[in-house]
Amino acid sequence: MVELIVFVLMGGATLAGAITVIKARNPVYAAIGLLGTLFAVAVLYVVQLAHFVAAVQVIVYAGAVLTLFLFVIMLIGVDKEEDQSETIPHQRRLAAALGLVAIGIAAVLVARGQFAWVPIAAGPADPQATNGTVQALAEPMFTDWVLAFEATALLLTIAAAGTIALASFRRPRADTRAERAGR
Amino acid sequence: MNLVVTPGWYMTLAAVLFALGALGILIRRNALVMFMCIELMLNAVNLTFVAAGRALGSLDGQLAVFFVLVVAAAEVVVGLAIIVAIFRRRQSASVDELSELAG
Repeated sequence: MVELIVFVLMGGATLAGAITVIKARNPVYAAIGLLGTLFAVAVLYVVQLAHFVAAVQVIVYAGAVLTLFLFVIMLIGVDKEEDQSETIPHQRRLAAALGLVAIGIAAVLVARGQFAWVPIAAGPADPQATNGTVQALAEPMFTDWVLAFEATALLLTIAAAGTIALASFRRPRADTRAERAGR
Repeated sequence: MNLVVTPGWYMTLAAVLFALGALGILIRRNALVMFMCIELMLNAVNLTFVAAGRALGSLDGQLAVFFVLVVAAAEVVVGLAIIVAIFRRRQSASVDELSELAG
């Protein structure tokens, strides 16, 4: 019963945040909507006993990623209104129809039993078997998944190096000076 | 009344969240907001992973979510750096103005 109440409240918050992201004219409002969605999803993780994943969600997503988004929004300015005209005729309506068709196809596939191997209609198999404590997650992570773990470490290093390379891009000095003289 | 929230409920919610993210990609022009919509879709997939893991009684779903989070963080860092670099050149974050590759 508790799970039902939490699911309804947080599911509503998730969807409300998502709608804010795609509707808000101002990117800052979109970022705040995204924050709401991220927190609501974190609560849904806690209800499903994925404690460590929920903590990482709040720290990495709501903490680091969203702060980065807000920094960039402030950096490149929020005063410009987005062009709301439609380049492709009926773009919005077509996109909405496409989304509904995708959900419909998924519903038909589930209804026809294509995903019968996932016991989605029954309750959780054994709630305690998937209690995602730090200890329970660390054990497979550093044994079965250690290769993937090292690969993500490499990925993060490469991403950091690439970002520094992108961010420190400067025009050659002589160029800027010539431009200033030209003015 | 004793309704059990089955993993199917979470997966349905995740499907709707994914569809909303895809819709945002299709209708928005601001590169930053399109990026946020990608984050929405990643979150929908993560929710599916956790729900499926719980349904199957395995922790692997939660581990997959952990790796998705790491990759998403790297992706955001590089993507935002690219957006800032483009903005420095063009003074705009609208994807409509980045069309010179379109011939």
